[in-house]
Amino acid sequence: MTMGRISETLGGIAVVLALLGLWSLVTAFGLVSPVFLPPVGDILRALVDLAEDGSLARAVIGTGGRMLLGFGLASLVGCGLGLLTGLSLRARAYVEPSLEFLRPLPASAIIPVAVMFLGLTKTMIFSVIVFGSLWPILLATIQGIRSVEPRLFEMARTMELSHRTVIVSIVLPGALPDIFAGLRLAMTVSLILAVVTEMMSGEPGLGATILQAARSFRSPELFAGVFMLGAIGFCTSTAMEVAQRYLLRWRF
Amino acid sequence: MRGLVLPAFAIAFWEGVGQARLIQSDMMSRPSEIAWAAFAALRDGSMLLATGQTIATALVGLLIGSAIGISLGAWFGLSSLAGRLSTIAVELFRPIPSVALIPIAMLVFGFGFGMGISIVAFACMWPALIITQTAVREVPRELMEVARGLELKWGSRLFHIVLPDVVPDLFTALRLGAGISLIVAVTVEITANPLGLGYALVVAQETLHPATMYAYLVWIGLMGWVLNAGLLQAQKRWFGRWSSAA
Repeated sequence: MTMGRISETLGGIAVVLALLGLWSLVTAFGLVSPVFLPPVGDILRALVDLAEDGSLARAVIGTGGRMLLGFGLASLVGCGLGLLTGLSLRARAYVEPSLEFLRPLPASAIIPVAVMFLGLTKTMIFSVIVFGSLWPILLATIQGIRSVEPRLFEMARTMELSHRTVIVSIVLPGALPDIFAGLRLAMTVSLILAVVTEMMSGEPGLGATILQAARSFRSPELFAGVFMLGAIGFCTSTAMEVAQRYLLRWRF
Repeated sequence: MRGLVLPAFAIAFWEGVGQARLIQSDMMSRPSEIAWAAFAALRDGSMLLATGQTIATALVGLLIGSAIGISLGAWFGLSSLAGRLSTIAVELFRPIPSVALIPIAMLVFGFGFGMGISIVAFACMWPALIITQTAVREVPRELMEVARGLELKWGSRLFHIVLPDVVPDLFTALRLGAGISLIVAVTVEITANPLGLGYALVVAQETLHPATMYAYLVWIGLMGWVLNAGLLQAQKRWFGRWSSAA
């Protein structure tokens, strides 16, 4: 790290601290009701309390676990189906328009349908997360395969490469940037769906925690939960970025 | 044309299975029943009322969120100091999932438009901020030097030099934001807010009217598709020259 980078980071942290200071001033002078904006200290205390009785860990594991399991299954199925569809020109012509129609459909709109079939259960939560985060990955995989340079396929044919080699050494690397864009979107979608379905079903997790806290006007606990959700979002998106940079390092 | 084969076949198959009474289910409705339910909901005005409520939430939220996002983005893009100092704060706030704000908005605004609008605005703010910041930062250096040479004021530099250069990017931000705003508006309605299409969907499910529920689902999908396709067309027509050059 150069001197410039260090002073930049310190400056950035100072800005965050200044924002927190402003927040504390606003609450200290009672400019906003503490129900709407609790003091920073109260939020930290609520975070510590939740951590001590173990409910925080349970909630984080509940939400994070469901999200990651659903996301994992969705990426396997999405990439697999995407490869099957994307590699065949004919399949693409038949399937793609239908997929394009489904693309802008809000993933949350399928929640009532899932609730009708499965009730307010863990199975419902899991299916909604998988189904919702499947589309971005599937569409991105097909898009990525379409963007592979066609001359590479001709070259593979003249070199008489096997189907497997073509997929592993031509299709996947070429499609990977697009696939990653889809994975990142799906990660966001899976967290959103995990929170929403928890709020609706009351299944233990951060979504249910913050909704309960709001209903009983326990704002510090509510803000602590929102903070944890932000932390999960931050960690998962950072992890995706690191993975992407590692897997695509040959491009730079 | 071949794209129509799959949906047409699926609908015909579904209708056939229903008509032949192969499956007895309270949860599946035949396409013809769904069409009737949609027609009924359209005629008594309930579907149009819900659509209006959802669109109002999405649109007002989109405008507020984009205005904040574009202003902040322009500031962070024009002043490299502000841009560098704000990075950490932006990276800390951006990953908060918009739906996590539902309980906060519920406390502050209660149920109603304020709740939906504030959450849509939060969600739409980030893409607008990031895209604007990047676009403004990438305005050609020569143009900025010309502005400095002409000793233009801050305001005229913004409106005569920067704005014409970033308009296509701003439209991209608006297009992305429009999609997000519809999704978030419906999500908030499904989760908590008793308004609009999302709530109508939940009510249809809870009162055991599957045909009406599917009708609302198809309607929401149709709205999203029309919005998306329309904005893409508009972008191609108005800014085709720019985006092909970029």
